[in-house]
Amino acid sequence: MDFMTILQILDSTLRLATPLLFACLAGMFSERAGVFDIGLEGKMLAAAFLSGAVAAVTLNVWLGLLAGVAASLMMSGIHGIASITFRGNQLISGVAINFLAAGLTVLIGQHWFALGGRTPALLGGGRFETITLPGVEALSGVPYLGPLYAELISGHTILVYVALLCVPVSWWLLYRTRFGLRLRAVGENPAAVDTAGVSVVTLRFAAVMICGLLCGLAGAYLATGLSAGFVKDMTAGRGFIALAALIFAKWRPWQALGATLLFGLLEALSNRYQNIDLGGVVIPVQVMQALPYVLTVIILAGFVGKAIPPRAGGEPYVKER
Amino acid sequence: MTLMHKFLGAAAALALSAGMAAAEPALIFDLGGKFDKSFNEAAHNGAQRWAKETGGTYKELEMQSAAQRVQFARRMAESGANPIVVMGFQNMETLKEVAPEYPNTRFVLIDAVVEAPNVRSVIFTEHEGSYLVGMLAAMANKTGTISFVGGMDIPLITAFACGYAQGAKAVKPDIKVIVNYTGDTPAAWNDPVKGGEIAKAQISQGSDVVFAAAGGTGLGVLQAAADGGVLSIGVDSNQNYLHSGKVLTSMLKLVDNAVHQAFSDGPELETGVVLMNLAAGGVGYALDEHNAALVSDEMKAKAEEAKAAIIAGTISVHDYRTDSTCPAF
Repeated sequence: MDFMTILQILDSTLRLATPLLFACLAGMFSERAGVFDIGLEGKMLAAAFLSGAVAAVTLNVWLGLLAGVAASLMMSGIHGIASITFRGNQLISGVAINFLAAGLTVLIGQHWFALGGRTPALLGGGRFETITLPGVEALSGVPYLGPLYAELISGHTILVYVALLCVPVSWWLLYRTRFGLRLRAVGENPAAVDTAGVSVVTLRFAAVMICGLLCGLAGAYLATGLSAGFVKDMTAGRGFIALAALIFAKWRPWQALGATLLFGLLEALSNRYQNIDLGGVVIPVQVMQALPYVLTVIILAGFVGKAIPPRAGGEPYVKER
Repeated sequence: MTLMHKFLGAAAALALSAGMAAAEPALIFDLGGKFDKSFNEAAHNGAQRWAKETGGTYKELEMQSAAQRVQFARRMAESGANPIVVMGFQNMETLKEVAPEYPNTRFVLIDAVVEAPNVRSVIFTEHEGSYLVGMLAAMANKTGTISFVGGMDIPLITAFACGYAQGAKAVKPDIKVIVNYTGDTPAAWNDPVKGGEIAKAQISQGSDVVFAAAGGTGLGVLQAAADGGVLSIGVDSNQNYLHSGKVLTSMLKLVDNAVHQAFSDGPELETGVVLMNLAAGGVGYALDEHNAALVSDEMKAKAEEAKAAIIAGTISVHDYRTDSTCPAF
């Protein structure tokens, strides 16, 4: 395996990890505030659809992005109303959102475009273009560093950089601001927050909306960054992988980055090396493709140690009377 | 008998006779859906063509999960539809179970063989069509490496890959053919993101022609190839128009003709195995205005020569499905 191959695999890792990272951070905000969210998949799907649809019609990827985020926020709003305002079961509400998104996207897509739930292929301004960072030319002559910079660091769409930037921002927001302290507290002991005179409902809604925003970015990246248009069920389980990564990361932002990069790396490896020949023994492609899932089970069962979810997670807050 | 009764009776009789006369044909799509721009869409187009030509109507069902296979086939048979066209090799077991239950209904199975007195099995020689596009790919190739992205890892798709590799090696014996699959579950037919990543990995390994036989996933492959500045090959339907000037050709599998034929033959269609090969026009490669600049006259002449030789039997293309081996891998 030469240096360029490693770079190409890492490059692919970064692309594949980006939607996972967005979704993982989205889940982190929601669950840290005590609202479990297994509807990440559905929100991503809704965002992917509407961003693909609007970008295809307007040929403007930024309008598409806005529409995608709006779709995801709407789904978040439903989740919030069901599980915060009406104190419904958060898991059931999340499952409902997944089904709602899977059905609505195809139904509306078929009605608008008559392409069987697909949106038209995006051209030109309808997609996020890759950005070449300054300095690629200057560094091109330097061995190792030049190709590293050109292949791995430069040449991604803007959303990849936004996702990476979201990690320190999330960390700062959660651990260095008053809002973050209250958000974490509301996921551990909402009664204490309420006693201090801070609205539990407002805080939880804020968290669920941040979750919607990030899921919207994830979905828009899938439809307008990674591919060129929406295809039914295109999230293909990425929302659930993000949830696994979230538990793996024990609900912390930097660890979330590491976990999603690991899952991205595994997927990139299985795409690149389908039959690995280890001197006589050939590892079949099925093993490589199952690896992310097998590893998820192993990691979750053994290696993370004790992953303790936010204590008030999953419980609707009822004021004592 | 009051007037009302008379009307109701007449209406009922009319409805009954209408039901008797209209033994509508029916079409059951496989997973992947009616608009996959590929296999199922070709069937839809064939049925639409029949409807337009004859003014007739037909019933259709889109499967959502594998669990619905038997249920849908039974429901169609119960509804009185005849003949019933069932798409996809995965319905082999379905018809083995359902066809004997309805001996008066004729079934048409596309892509697999079921031995039953009331089943017509239509199979295509995909390896022959893939051989021809493999030749074209090798002739357009400059880097010495071409590649293939399959959908689900199953013998049918491997037969595409095997024919493709054989054709390529007939032109350039030392050409390298990278073969990758998207997955092992039906989700592999609908993951353009993964398809695109696999294509990008292949391009970075030097491939300059990528053949996708992967349903909806193939759209991501064709997109990645167009973005990466290399050529791609579409499958089943003519996909040349998707990225005009960047799709070398498409491996045609004329499913629409098979469906059209079945609908035209009506409830009394002949059963047995129908082989849609090169000679019968069941498979081929697409030439149109979108790829006219990519396929030179010389390339076309060579492909036509091989086509004639396959029809005449002087070139025999190995079918992976017969013995699960491929001489070109």
